[in-house]
Amino acid sequence: MSATSRTDSVTPERGAPAGVPSLDVDPFSNEFFEDPHAIHDTLREAGPLVWLDKWGVYGVARYAEVHAVLNDPLTFCSSRGVGLSDFAKEKPWRPQSIILEADPPAHTRTRTVLAQVLSPTAMKGVREHFTAMAAAKVDELLARGSFDAVADLAEAYPLSVFPDAMGLKQEGRENLLPYASLVFNSFGPPNQLRQEAIERSAPHQAYVAAQCQRENLAPGGFGACVHARADAGDITPEEAPLLVRSLLSAGLDTTVNGIGAAVYCLARFPDQLARLRSDPTLARNAFEEAIRYESPVQTFFRTTTREVELAGHRIGEGEKVLMFLGAANRDPRRWENPDSYDVTRRTSGHVGFGSGIHMCVGQLLARVEGEVMLAAIARKVASIQITGPVKRRYNNTLRGLESLPITISPA
Amino acid sequence: MPSITFIHSDGRRQPIEASEGESAMQAATRQDINGILAECGGNAMCATCHVYVDEAWLARLPAMSDDEDALLDGAAADRLPNSRLSCQIKFAADLDGLVLNLPDRQL
Repeated sequence: MSATSRTDSVTPERGAPAGVPSLDVDPFSNEFFEDPHAIHDTLREAGPLVWLDKWGVYGVARYAEVHAVLNDPLTFCSSRGVGLSDFAKEKPWRPQSIILEADPPAHTRTRTVLAQVLSPTAMKGVREHFTAMAAAKVDELLARGSFDAVADLAEAYPLSVFPDAMGLKQEGRENLLPYASLVFNSFGPPNQLRQEAIERSAPHQAYVAAQCQRENLAPGGFGACVHARADAGDITPEEAPLLVRSLLSAGLDTTVNGIGAAVYCLARFPDQLARLRSDPTLARNAFEEAIRYESPVQTFFRTTTREVELAGHRIGEGEKVLMFLGAANRDPRRWENPDSYDVTRRTSGHVGFGSGIHMCVGQLLARVEGEVMLAAIARKVASIQITGPVKRRYNNTLRGLESLPITISPA
Repeated sequence: MPSITFIHSDGRRQPIEASEGESAMQAATRQDINGILAECGGNAMCATCHVYVDEAWLARLPAMSDDEDALLDGAAADRLPNSRLSCQIKFAADLDGLVLNLPDRQL
């Protein structure tokens, strides 16, 4: 891929602003999905702020600027969409999210509700069951020996705990991953991935809309907890299904790709698996480090609400800014040996879950799932061998694999 | 340089430097205080930078937000009247010498 700096403007209104390096890379192309790291490096080294010619948007790929944009939500807003589409100019493909695609003060109220539904206290209630399910899953996989770590582990484990924790019915769960894939593809540009996902979305949307209704959510689950907050008057009865939708959109495919990333890391770096096996209490950090290293959620956009100066450049109002979370998580300005997967690294501060007021509200749930699965692997698995071609899954936002054939041996 | 002293759960005292404007958590993670995890990176979302503030300093800290209050209920170690999240303690010159006790666990 060519990534040459250009100074000429392409069209008068969308060309690179003076002084901002313009790159012709497409972060939503298969070429990029296959190997983003060299291009991330190009983006970081081009400057603290770049112009992405292909889509006519600004980009930030260094840690400092990504962190700064994430932590200034009134200037870099979410209510105009966190994908390329600007809701001020284009109707959202689905009813707008009242948490992800909202700004303070409206965001504060809905965020508080989900933060409490997914609080540290709530995690204590699911931890024991999640731990037992992870151990059972690893036992089952050890008995099989060889399997696909994506379908049989990274997808199978979250599917064995998350839908039940939400309180979902058994029927129709096969819609969950396609729906999530659709949501994360929709943040991208109007490329083939996005268009095809939206064209095929009707049945998945209908399923999710129905499951968000109170009568379809079992008592005691996270979904019912959200609806209970409507009784308490914290949200309206109309808002509750939309908040349940947020959990269904972002609560499954993210942990699938997080756990997939961790297993892929342990399979590639046997010294780190050995380190983890020697001290299973590192499981939680090994998961966190995999989130930093692979960044399952690669990008999000913000939209400027006013003229603002960023990294010495003036950005006008109404401009989209693309944040490269994965590049920030490997910025050598912030991380020592950024391209090493190190289960003992102090990972605090990585932006794999975002940062600031929109930071992943389900991060604690993701960590419980990741930790208990890696702890089970640490205790029960001696080795992980990759035994076939590793295939990448293409999505405009999510980084993960389509297939990871492995063989594991018991400890 | 102004300082904060962390006291580990085994009684070991570890003084570190702190800069105006950073949080006690940031000073701790920057200087590798083991008892502070700070999984969420300082966004008041995880309760893994829990500290027990020395009684002499407690009243001199800014009041806690509702978010911090709710999170402390879910902290791994017992919540006590002097419990705070160190990411919410912004360091200032008048906190030079602050003493924070670490709980025996954050998870």
